[in-house]
Amino acid sequence: MKSLVYIDHFKGEVQPASWEALGLAKSLGAAIAIVFGRDVEAVAKTALEYGADEVLLADDPALEDYRGETYASTLSALIASSPPDLILFPTTTRTREMAAMSAVDLNSGVLVDITGLEADGDKVIATRPIYEGKVLEKTICNAKPQFATIRARNFPKPAQEAGRTGTITKVEAKADALTKVEGYSATEAAVNLGDASVIVSGGRGVSNNPSLTPPAGMDEKQAELWRAQQGFALVAELATVLGGAVGASRAAVDGGYISYSHQVGQTGKVVTPDLYIACGISGAIQHLVGMRNAKLIVAINKDADAPVFKQARYGVVGDLFQILPALTVAMKKKLGK
Amino acid sequence: MKIIACIKQVPDSEAKVKAEGGQVTWGDAPLVINPFDEYAVEGALQQKEALGGTVTALCIGPESAREALKHALAMGADEAILVSDPALTSLDSVGAARILAAAIKKVGDADLVIFGRQTLDDGSGVTGAQTARVLGWPLLSLAGSIKVDAGSVTVERVIEEGRQSVSAKMPLVLSVVQSIGEPRYPSFMGIRKASKATIPAWSLSDLGASAPAPIVTRTELMNPPSKEIVCEFITGDAPEIIGETLADKILAEKVL
Repeated sequence: MKSLVYIDHFKGEVQPASWEALGLAKSLGAAIAIVFGRDVEAVAKTALEYGADEVLLADDPALEDYRGETYASTLSALIASSPPDLILFPTTTRTREMAAMSAVDLNSGVLVDITGLEADGDKVIATRPIYEGKVLEKTICNAKPQFATIRARNFPKPAQEAGRTGTITKVEAKADALTKVEGYSATEAAVNLGDASVIVSGGRGVSNNPSLTPPAGMDEKQAELWRAQQGFALVAELATVLGGAVGASRAAVDGGYISYSHQVGQTGKVVTPDLYIACGISGAIQHLVGMRNAKLIVAINKDADAPVFKQARYGVVGDLFQILPALTVAMKKKLGK
Repeated sequence: MKIIACIKQVPDSEAKVKAEGGQVTWGDAPLVINPFDEYAVEGALQQKEALGGTVTALCIGPESAREALKHALAMGADEAILVSDPALTSLDSVGAARILAAAIKKVGDADLVIFGRQTLDDGSGVTGAQTARVLGWPLLSLAGSIKVDAGSVTVERVIEEGRQSVSAKMPLVLSVVQSIGEPRYPSFMGIRKASKATIPAWSLSDLGASAPAPIVTRTELMNPPSKEIVCEFITGDAPEIIGETLADKILAEKVL
């Protein structure tokens, strides 16, 4: 099977699941990486180091900023000139669009955010969670080429072989822009929960520390937010020690404790880290479907009947404001940090 | 301003959804407006309030989907249109986009077409982008805020790496995310209005369209493997002891 693999990046910073897509393509046959952007030859070279048989590179000022319509048109033209059996993408905000648009152009379809894939001749059968993971479906694309985007951390990442080289072929960019990028700000520390191998999450409970006294003059809501900040600082500290990211429940996000980009669950991000530590999260089904496929789940909650313990391998019934710092100290020591 | 909010009806997020006999079932859980689409309706109403105009809620679905449209009306939408046809039971996202594009053209003169980020059922989150592509209109996706000025729209997109400001000329397709603002609750007056509203149903022949052949099809439906997890509770006389034991347990699992 011949596959094209789109290497997704933002300003040259590659989404790691791109390499997982490349590894998957290699396991199916020929794997040609595609890189779009401006001054992104370094990304093309890295794709060779991750095992691409060759790279098709559209390096053009018109592709400086990602725009769905130009990237999709560039992709559609490239596919039309040499059609593969399959085009793989890591699932990101960008690829959901460009894969979907290019599929429209080529009268094909896209299998989105898949977690499994088997080959049947030159066809693929994809497994993907639907109803936010409550059900799984196997699905196929009855047209060619088949488009599929893969969920991060569900396929093995190939090893990078430094110094591996290969052919990089320049391809043409399409400049049919309908939109204009006006600016960009990396606001709060950008969180990428999908790629995190460790996630430490906080819920409503992080604002309940009884031993804290908020500064004078705060009203009730301000005091709650202040408490939540102190609580999330403990969550973040453990996340840092473990090299992980900070997650949150919907309750915490709705409470204004932390931004939506941290939300794990049905209306947030569905994640599959190696380790998920839930702190002060009772475990509404909407949250559980977002994290229950983590390899190891640990829960800390003061309520022994909290549903989160039904998904957890290890649990602590207790005061997270005491347990969390103690766990952080112990981890620091044991990991030599 | 003529604004169209595209919505879908899905099982409630609390529903116990299962695969049973090759079908997705959700017991007696209610069908509701897709929660992400409530943000689309909210975004549409905000623009209507700021600039004047009308909001039309548009939905492909069976007769039961009228309830989702009534929710949009109760929130404040001016009119609602159901696209319903027995030939539309197995639409994939491209097919849905083609039908929506035909319906959007039939509504006519739309300036903004707004989608939610994704649906709770299929969750692909691609129909908005595909509708824009079929229409040949610009797509401004994942908008956390919308500003309309002299025929041009600027949005703050919420992406993995932060926020990106992008603009385009109307007519265009938008998708919105939660930071657009919490969807308003239907008012008492709104609910009364919605209960009396006539919601036209357009068939494929009304749209002058034929049923798109599904390109993406399902071959199998499964329940996720049930994991037998027994939680081992860590106890100890002091937090330090619990922290120490828990750290050892986690490290022994060798996931780090």
